[in-house]
Amino acid sequence: MQPKKYKNIVCYFLAFVFPLFLSVNLMAQTDPLIEKVSQKLAQVNDYVAEGVMKTDVAFIKASLGKVKVYFKKPNLLKVKKEGGISLLPRGGVSLTINTLLNTKQYTTIPAGNQVLNGKNLKVIKLIPTDDNLDWVISTLWIDPIEALVYKTATTTKENGSYEITMQYGEYSKQGLASKIIFSFNTKDYKLPNGITLEFGDEDPTAKQKALKNKKGTIEITYSKYTINQGIPNNIF
Amino acid sequence: MSLIKVQHISKQFGNLKAVDDLSFEVQAGQVFGFLGQNGSGKSTTIRMLLSLIHPSHGSIEIFGQSIQKNRAEILEQVGAIIERPDLYPYLSATEHLQLFAKVRKQKIASGRILDTLEKVGLAGRAQDKVQTFSLGMKQRLGIAIALVHNPSLIILDEPTNGLDPQGIADIRALIQYLAKDEGKTVFVSSHLLSEIEQLAHQILIIHQGKKMVEGNTKELLDPQKRIVQIKTMNDAGTLQVIVASSFSNYLLPRKEGIFLKIPTYEIPLLNETLIKAGVALLAIESKNALEDYFLQITSNA
Amino acid sequence: MWSLIQVELYKIFRRPRTYIAFGAIAALIVVIQLGLKMDGNSYAAFLMKDINDTLTVDGKVLNGYLICYILLQLLLVHVPLLVALIAADMISGEANLGTLRLLFSTPYSRTHWVLAKFIAASIYTILLLIWLAFLALFVSMWIFGTDDLFLMKSNYVVLIEQGDVLWRYVGAFIFASFALLTVTSLGFLMSSLSSNSIGPIVGTMSAIVFFTILSTLNIPLFNVVKPYLFTTHMNNWKEFFDIKVNLNNEAIRGSILNIAKIKTSLLVLTLHIILFVTASVIIIKKKDILS
Repeated sequence: MQPKKYKNIVCYFLAFVFPLFLSVNLMAQTDPLIEKVSQKLAQVNDYVAEGVMKTDVAFIKASLGKVKVYFKKPNLLKVKKEGGISLLPRGGVSLTINTLLNTKQYTTIPAGNQVLNGKNLKVIKLIPTDDNLDWVISTLWIDPIEALVYKTATTTKENGSYEITMQYGEYSKQGLASKIIFSFNTKDYKLPNGITLEFGDEDPTAKQKALKNKKGTIEITYSKYTINQGIPNNIF
Repeated sequence: MSLIKVQHISKQFGNLKAVDDLSFEVQAGQVFGFLGQNGSGKSTTIRMLLSLIHPSHGSIEIFGQSIQKNRAEILEQVGAIIERPDLYPYLSATEHLQLFAKVRKQKIASGRILDTLEKVGLAGRAQDKVQTFSLGMKQRLGIAIALVHNPSLIILDEPTNGLDPQGIADIRALIQYLAKDEGKTVFVSSHLLSEIEQLAHQILIIHQGKKMVEGNTKELLDPQKRIVQIKTMNDAGTLQVIVASSFSNYLLPRKEGIFLKIPTYEIPLLNETLIKAGVALLAIESKNALEDYFLQITSNA
Repeated sequence: MWSLIQVELYKIFRRPRTYIAFGAIAALIVVIQLGLKMDGNSYAAFLMKDINDTLTVDGKVLNGYLICYILLQLLLVHVPLLVALIAADMISGEANLGTLRLLFSTPYSRTHWVLAKFIAASIYTILLLIWLAFLALFVSMWIFGTDDLFLMKSNYVVLIEQGDVLWRYVGAFIFASFALLTVTSLGFLMSSLSSNSIGPIVGTMSAIVFFTILSTLNIPLFNVVKPYLFTTHMNNWKEFFDIKVNLNNEAIRGSILNIAKIKTSLLVLTLHIILFVTASVIIIKKKDILS
């Protein structure tokens, strides 16, 4: 009975505890899919992307504006509007997929699969290992075949939570999106009439929108990437 | 030819009747003296002549045209100063004349401006601002404004106000020159008979808005003639008697009684005529000569 | 008629008082510009406190266009008072001085004179506005540069592209000229009622201040009368700086959110001008000139 008992224990171990160890072991490492994504992104040392930015926040009326997005490894990123004022989610822009993954200071937890826009995506959560990083947790929705991240949801320490949705086109080989949509929660906006010196009727449509929608989005549609041509640091 | 024809004009301000049924005519080429104490209605009448005040009743014709209907045509040929010489303190004498020359429909040559200033003795102060002017100088500038467009009728309301004796003499000479040498008709008002009597061909005295005396200056000031008031029991009947008699020419158009301006030597004959006609005569009161009469009116004020 | 206008303009611009308004506007604008140049960023930060909670604003927010908007907001309340200083004195000042009788005994009719005086006062008003525009817009553009116009309104923010701003200012200044001409005509009406200078000036200023307070107080009782007050409409130059958005919440370049409001206000202001000037003409025509 004794050997059988041990065998059972081994079986039990193999069946339950080993996978547990294995998973613990895996947790300590980086998910291979994340590695794959990272490798894909690693091809890009820097880029300048031209695009069109659209700001959709209930209390903001802004037109589409041409932007240039500058990126440089490991995590330098700058969105510049061509001759104009740009509105960007607070702290959010610097946390794109490239800057998120390039820090390498995180552990990953697989969180199953999910179908998003008809695509079967793997869900992986990232937890930073460096306490100095601004973000607390980030969830990534990754296409395992293409090794492309289609969505991230990040919670930051100071700037709230936001989601980034990505679409890919011409530059998918380098893991660069053709369209990025930042979604974030907006806070109330109100300036006293005494400061704005506005005493007339308020715009009723703006008021309705503000009530209906407290989520803001900023969309950047990229038309052209110039990759690995070198960018001076003073741009950032 | 009458240049000004005023018929039964009245002006009421609330309860005050400033001008009461006033009628007179001014002949072309005359200097017409318009006399009255301050507040007698002179300025109101002059303002009505210039369409500054709308008469409550009556009509005014100047150059044979109604002032209400043909204001622009009439005023094109009229130059006037009204009461005080109020001007723009921040403008010079020349600027005043330039501005008022501009608002005439006829074109006024720039040389005329200096000529006019010379005429009133202001050529030496042409560029000075009016705020540095004395009252007398302002008065002269006012006259210059009235003359700059060479009008055929000049209306001067108290033109010697504020002037020193020399200034008064200068203005008097200017008025005489305008009438005699330039053939202008001058309508000049004053509260001092002494100023008018040497200038005017015709005099009208107004008191409390009513006409008191009107006539030829020489005749009115004739020491041989007296103004008498006839007091009777029956004024209407007496008036009929006088009108039918040879004394009708001496009648003065007065509402407050029967007044005649009559040579002194004819007074006994008048008395006799009235008695013969059966007039219940109470008195024939001799009034003073024009000067005394005018002083009497003004001193009553 | 042109010669009458020339005469009136000549008189206006030979008077020292005329230049008080030009000087006051210059002084106010320079002081505000200086203040914003020295410490404008903290002012902008204060305005953007709520926005900065959500968004990062990148670019030259405090540029010449915004400075001009701030200046206009502040000054278009005060400029009417300066306009009143001249407009309300146009007839009564001359009545007080005693020169009105000189003008009215010229061959031109009183209607001519009143209209010439109104046109001259209007030219003065418009010159004052041009001066304001020059200092507030062009000098600010020169000092602070240009960029998109980032307007923080009470309930929302409007971001107007740089290239879409200047024509709005042209529109706003044209609108403001109607607003100020309404004040000119009101001053004129007051002026025709009196024979002293101070009464109409104080009267016009009081009317503007009183109606402005009614227009700005958000009390239901006053809200009923607000649409009928010219001061409510005077402020609608701001409508040029509100932009339409499409269904995707994208601002439409070259659009004005509420053009009907501008048209209505222009109509109301124009009617006020016609009413006030016509009333002035009628009053002056009937008046006995006793001054």
